[in-house]
Amino acid sequence: MTSAGFVTRLAWREMRASWRRLVLLTGAVLAGVAALVAINSFTDNLRTSVAAQAQALLGADLSLRSRAPLDTSTVAIALVDSLTRIGGDEVAVANSVSFAGMVYLPSSNTARLVQVRSVDPGWPWYGEVRTAPAGIWERLQGGAIIVDPSLLTALGAEVGDTLVLGDASYPIAGSVVNVPGEAGLQSAFGARVFVAHRSIAATNLLGFGARVDHTTFLRLPTTLDAQAIAEANRDRLDAARVRIRTVADDRDNLTDAFTRLGNYLGLVALIALLLGGLGTASAVHVLIRQRMDSIAMLRCLGATSGQVIVAHLLQALAMGLLGSVLGAGAGLVLQQFLPVVLADFLPVDVEVALSPRAIAIGVALGLWTAGVFAVLPLLAIRAISPLATLRRNTDPPRARWEWRRLLAVAALAASVVGLAAVQVGSLVEGAWFAASGGVALVVLWLASLGLIRVARRYAPRRAPYLVRQGLANLHRPGNQTVTVVLALGFGAFLLTTLFTAQANLLRDLRVEAAVDRANLVMFDIQTDQRAVVERVLRAEGATVQPFTPIVPMRIAEVNGEDVGVIFGRGGPARADSAEGDDDGGSLWAYRREYRSTYRGDIGPAERVVEGEWFGSAPSGSGRSADDPVAISVERDVGTELQLQLGDRMVWNVQGARIHAVVTSFREVDWARFEPNFFVIFAPGALERAPQSFVTLARVDDPLARGRVQRALAERAANVATVDLGEVQRALESVIGKVVAAIRFMAIFSLATGAVVLMGAIATSRWQRIREGTLLRTLGATRGQVIRILAVEYAALGTAAALVATTLAATAGWALSRWVFEASFSLPLLPMLALSLALAALTTAVGLWSSLDVLKRPPLEVLRAE
Amino acid sequence: MLKDITFALEAGGFLSIVGPSGSGKTTLLGLLAGLDQPTRGRVLLDGIDLGTLDEDQRAVLRRGRVGFVFQSFQLVPTLTARENVQVPLELAGADGAAATADDLLERVGLGARGHHYPSQLSGGEQQRVAVARAFSTRPAILFADEPTGNLDGANGATVIDTMIALNAEYGTTLVLVTHDLELAARARRTIRLADGAVVADTAR
Repeated sequence: MTSAGFVTRLAWREMRASWRRLVLLTGAVLAGVAALVAINSFTDNLRTSVAAQAQALLGADLSLRSRAPLDTSTVAIALVDSLTRIGGDEVAVANSVSFAGMVYLPSSNTARLVQVRSVDPGWPWYGEVRTAPAGIWERLQGGAIIVDPSLLTALGAEVGDTLVLGDASYPIAGSVVNVPGEAGLQSAFGARVFVAHRSIAATNLLGFGARVDHTTFLRLPTTLDAQAIAEANRDRLDAARVRIRTVADDRDNLTDAFTRLGNYLGLVALIALLLGGLGTASAVHVLIRQRMDSIAMLRCLGATSGQVIVAHLLQALAMGLLGSVLGAGAGLVLQQFLPVVLADFLPVDVEVALSPRAIAIGVALGLWTAGVFAVLPLLAIRAISPLATLRRNTDPPRARWEWRRLLAVAALAASVVGLAAVQVGSLVEGAWFAASGGVALVVLWLASLGLIRVARRYAPRRAPYLVRQGLANLHRPGNQTVTVVLALGFGAFLLTTLFTAQANLLRDLRVEAAVDRANLVMFDIQTDQRAVVERVLRAEGATVQPFTPIVPMRIAEVNGEDVGVIFGRGGPARADSAEGDDDGGSLWAYRREYRSTYRGDIGPAERVVEGEWFGSAPSGSGRSADDPVAISVERDVGTELQLQLGDRMVWNVQGARIHAVVTSFREVDWARFEPNFFVIFAPGALERAPQSFVTLARVDDPLARGRVQRALAERAANVATVDLGEVQRALESVIGKVVAAIRFMAIFSLATGAVVLMGAIATSRWQRIREGTLLRTLGATRGQVIRILAVEYAALGTAAALVATTLAATAGWALSRWVFEASFSLPLLPMLALSLALAALTTAVGLWSSLDVLKRPPLEVLRAE
Repeated sequence: MLKDITFALEAGGFLSIVGPSGSGKTTLLGLLAGLDQPTRGRVLLDGIDLGTLDEDQRAVLRRGRVGFVFQSFQLVPTLTARENVQVPLELAGADGAAATADDLLERVGLGARGHHYPSQLSGGEQQRVAVARAFSTRPAILFADEPTGNLDGANGATVIDTMIALNAEYGTTLVLVTHDLELAARARRTIRLADGAVVADTAR
């Protein structure tokens, strides 16, 4: 009989005889693999769908976008002209603008801020705008307006009603169902309305100060390579502040974004899998204890410990494989639901299909986890002596810290890092993930040891017997306290961390609750409209805050160097900080349009971190380099521009050159809804520049806020009024959806935690049954036995919850402090509720799986002799 | 499987049940102690028909009137010696459990070791704790199932002597199941079982 043959046969025979005991090994990895397969397969499908629908993302082959009308840019005109010349009739051009504006529905006397889009006939050439009723997209060009369905509800409008936009009015033809390349979430920040491009001038809303995006879409003949054209012209267009996009750009951006999203959601799935590994390890540990006699016997008959270890490893692998395959199946079912959970984020229709890659990865990782976590407890077999057949020793074998064990531990740690690195696609991030997971596990482990110690040392001696016995069970020999606290605690830790982070993010945005904060913002107010706005606000009894001027401008020079030169070089000249900045970041800060203000007072949401605030006295006129005006720059933008105190800049303010000197850097709390600015000018330079104004007000009554919006839509049509309550609701819904997606994945960790809990209970069952029957023999009623168990599980659950919430509070605080840079407060009541729920769940699952302790007749205590 | 077994045992008596493996000793003990129910026939314990009680009622009955000593001691490993002796009293909600326990531990010669866990005690000591536990509720009847089976001669003798002494002092009926004929001979009455039937019933 060969060794390999013997080992496989041994594995098979033992498995056949005791598969029930091994079921836990299957269950442990199931949920984790399911989550992994679901998320990876979904990401694959998404990638395929994005590739298949790539052209529809843009609706064209090429687009040119700019803040200024395209016909003011000679570079853009030249490009379009040359393409039309080369491509002839097959080249089609469609112009479009988009901006924020107020629509007004006279029939119901309501107004709303919307995102206006104008489109030329023809667009989109690829893909299709789906409408309700179907097929009305073409009616735009006949003078109709098509809107987001949410707007109809918000305004109480119906198809056929007339909508007023600035000085023009349009009949509503219907609503959009789906616009290619746009996620449903986009409408959360203002309903979209579509009108014909040639009618947009009639609204008179494109005047000074309006933030308008101008886009030209191009359809090219197949003989022209859009990507090559874009690459050849990108630099020149960038310098002219025109952004060129191709289908491939869009596709790559989206694919990257969703791969990242998938990777991070996959990490949450990986946690579930690793928890399953923990469950595997504890199940194997107990299996070895239960089989000590037969293992000793096998050793007595001449089997080497290596053979016995391999035979058991084979069993763990077989059950792990079964679990992985079942998990993959469950994952494929689950992935049908992911598009629903994530629907609002997806700009494409996701076709759900089998992804062999995802299935292979999921099954492989499941199998690997089952194997690598089983090895460590299996090594204890080496300590089982053949002598145990003669001298029965009930103590579990203690594994020694020998090189094999160290090797197994190292393999395990390397596996965790490796799995995470594969999932995130980065070794460093994988290592970070493993390290932070490791820290959490170590804390949970220490906490469970602490719990055991406390239960042994400080259990109340005077407490009723049932309580004392329940607490004593926490430190009984072979207790499962550590496993349960680790598994449940980790799942709860994840969920609670998400919860605290979400609660803290949302709390900062709660404007309704803070009585002193403004909840209405009006911007694009022209100089002569200030009186109108003030009258409208006073009519509703609102306190009117000062009007803040806004002057649109661009950077012309930095320290005497033309911004075009900086573009050409790909960054600023300072050598000391020229490390690895790719063009997307720092160059954008040079290219963007700045909407700056001038004032002498520093705002409540900002503080100077470097240099000195210039104060109210005029500092300079800015008309020449000898008389520069002082400016204060927001710190992060200053870093992007690599500015230092004393640096000189020239700003292009509507054609006029304004010389400025940087005298301070500010830190700004952007989370506060206040008019905040990247650049603030000292008084004295911009007072006569073309400018518009923004103001804030607080109007408590929502009806009154509606009246303000309406009155302004009528009397100052170009003034955009934003109800911050609505913005806040929009943000809450977005964050809520992100959190829902993550929470969906975190549920798997908790599910695995529950499986591990059931496993832990099942593994200490024989002990429980012995004690339960003994106590009943001694006269305990079933009620008394149940109460003892309830105390034990409630203590376990409470301990796990306590440690998990403490850890989560710390993690939530760290997230708020360093990632979201927001203040932190503990959502005490919800966390308490979560802890109670966890304790209740543990008690319920514990009691439910211990029921057969009660079913055994007490006579067994005699039979077991 | 037992058949046609009828006998009565007077209060305060000392009965031993002997017989080879599989003769039905344990089954008989289970029936007498109310751990199991006969398919036919009746078991009266202290005048109460066990057949009329449900599982929990029998537990309450055992708690007050029945004591057990097992071959493998069956102490609760997570409780100290004193706490183990207290268990039946505490299950019954009786007062003064600690004092009773200390008193009984003193009687079995373990007065100084009440705070020790079972794993810190020798086999003989563990069985003496079990004897103390069995007498803690001053039961009407005490069942001992091979109480010396896991002990050496000296320890076994101490345990049996203790049981007999307490039996005499408390007036407890003592039922001893054993293989050991020498031990069985110390009882006032011996029932010999074979294949589920009483083959001899001798009084001394």
